[in-house]
Amino acid sequence: MSASDEQLPGIWLGTSALVKRDLALVIKRPGDMLNPLFFFAMVATLFPLAVGPAAEQLQFSGPGVLWVAALLATLLSLNSLFLGDFEDGSLEQLLVSPVPLSALALGKSIAHWLTSGLPLVLVSPLVALTYQMSLAVTGVLMLTLLLGTISLSLLGSIGAALTVGLHRGTALLSLLILPLAMPVLIFGARTVSLVAAGDGVAGGLYFLAAYAMLMISISPFATAAALRISNE
Amino acid sequence: MSALSMGSYGAYVWGCFALTAAVLVICEWRARKRHKIVYRDIEVRVKALGDTE
Amino acid sequence: MWKFLHKLASPPHFYRIAENMLPWFAFPGLLLVGYGVYAGLFLAPPDYQQGDAFRIIYVHVPAAYLSMMAYMIMAISAGIGLIWRMKLAHAVSAAAAPLGAWFTFLALATGSIWGRPMWGTWWEWGDPRLTSELVLLFLYLGYMALRNAIEDTTKADRASAVLALVGAVNVPIIHFSVEWWSSLHQGPTLVKKGGPAMDTAMLYPLLAMIFGFTLLFGALLLRRVRTEVLYRERRKRWVRDMILASTGGSK
Repeated sequence: MSASDEQLPGIWLGTSALVKRDLALVIKRPGDMLNPLFFFAMVATLFPLAVGPAAEQLQFSGPGVLWVAALLATLLSLNSLFLGDFEDGSLEQLLVSPVPLSALALGKSIAHWLTSGLPLVLVSPLVALTYQMSLAVTGVLMLTLLLGTISLSLLGSIGAALTVGLHRGTALLSLLILPLAMPVLIFGARTVSLVAAGDGVAGGLYFLAAYAMLMISISPFATAAALRISNE
Repeated sequence: MSALSMGSYGAYVWGCFALTAAVLVICEWRARKRHKIVYRDIEVRVKALGDTE
Repeated sequence: MWKFLHKLASPPHFYRIAENMLPWFAFPGLLLVGYGVYAGLFLAPPDYQQGDAFRIIYVHVPAAYLSMMAYMIMAISAGIGLIWRMKLAHAVSAAAAPLGAWFTFLALATGSIWGRPMWGTWWEWGDPRLTSELVLLFLYLGYMALRNAIEDTTKADRASAVLALVGAVNVPIIHFSVEWWSSLHQGPTLVKKGGPAMDTAMLYPLLAMIFGFTLLFGALLLRRVRTEVLYRERRKRWVRDMILASTGGSK
């Protein structure tokens, strides 16, 4: 990706225009953002209903349950990442745009995170409250979700790009992404549990940050490659 | 090491070995069968084309 | 050497050469496995801690090792196919996946059976190897599901190649994560394979099994790739000529 002085503003303009457009679309149809959030809250509600409201148990399993709920909610929102563009033809426009496809892919991931990951992070304290999580634990939960959802948006873009327009793409996307998302889930949830037990969090957070950085470096290119392959 | 009982672990040990053998045999068998099917399908089509040429 | 590899990459040559290579993989493989089974079951002394149950190691470890090697083969050949646009490489990748899945299943099943007398349970989430193998199985299934979902062969090749490469990057990370996760609990794990220093009487059969299994895997892979190549090239002239030349018998 040669970045001459003329091209850099172009890449930035093109990508930010894409992010702005996706945000505008979500504002028009808030359901796209709200539905996964409701799903998250719903799953967090199902657990105590199914298992019993004992406070100790909730405190103990809270980090895990909330993280799984966040992961599933993210999967839900990933399904439609490229679907709209695929259906109305803008995906093709992206493919032939002078802006490098990997930059545009990154833009899509950013827009996705802004409308899916970030809201999750902001809503999580409310749910954490119902799980009797202390302030410190909630803080760590938010931090892990912040780093984790960034990774998930990036990783999920690859999967969404691979499955766009496929029959039964939804279920397939989950099957593809879930095993790959396991490290994020493990470190995210267990780090919060460690805090609850009084242990240090640095290791877990470093891992999540490192993983996010890895995803930032490979995801745009993998997503771009996948988009080209799915749409030739 | 009384062969069959394997110190009371017999069922587990022999079970594993039998399972392994079964998986290997199944893989081989299926690979051969698939080859046969593909080959026959092509053969039929090729022969049919040959007759009409 | 390069000429040979070049020749190998061409489908008709590969089809023929692979047929000749098959017995060179199959027979040594069977011999090694035969020795390994006999020695492992009857010659190696029982383990200090596990008694005769440890003999399951002779099938579990080779299966687990191959399940991971198969994934690497799958990912590397997918990468070669993607970067150099080699059709044969994609065929290898496609052929390796079901085999890898079978070996992963075998590793899981033998691991579970081994665990029963050792831990008293048929499954132990705390064992990092077992859990890692399970995730690996899902990776294989996802790869095969993606391939199945895409009609066009070239598209399927390239899409699943991207998936395989992303998966390959993640596999070490997944292993690391699961190890870390299980270390938090200090749960029971399958005894370190033979311990720090394995008795040679125990080790040699294990090595034989690993090498033998690898050779058998190679033979199975060769057979599957041949079929894959045949299917992909079914409309090509060389296939037509070959079939017309050899009436009857499917070799």
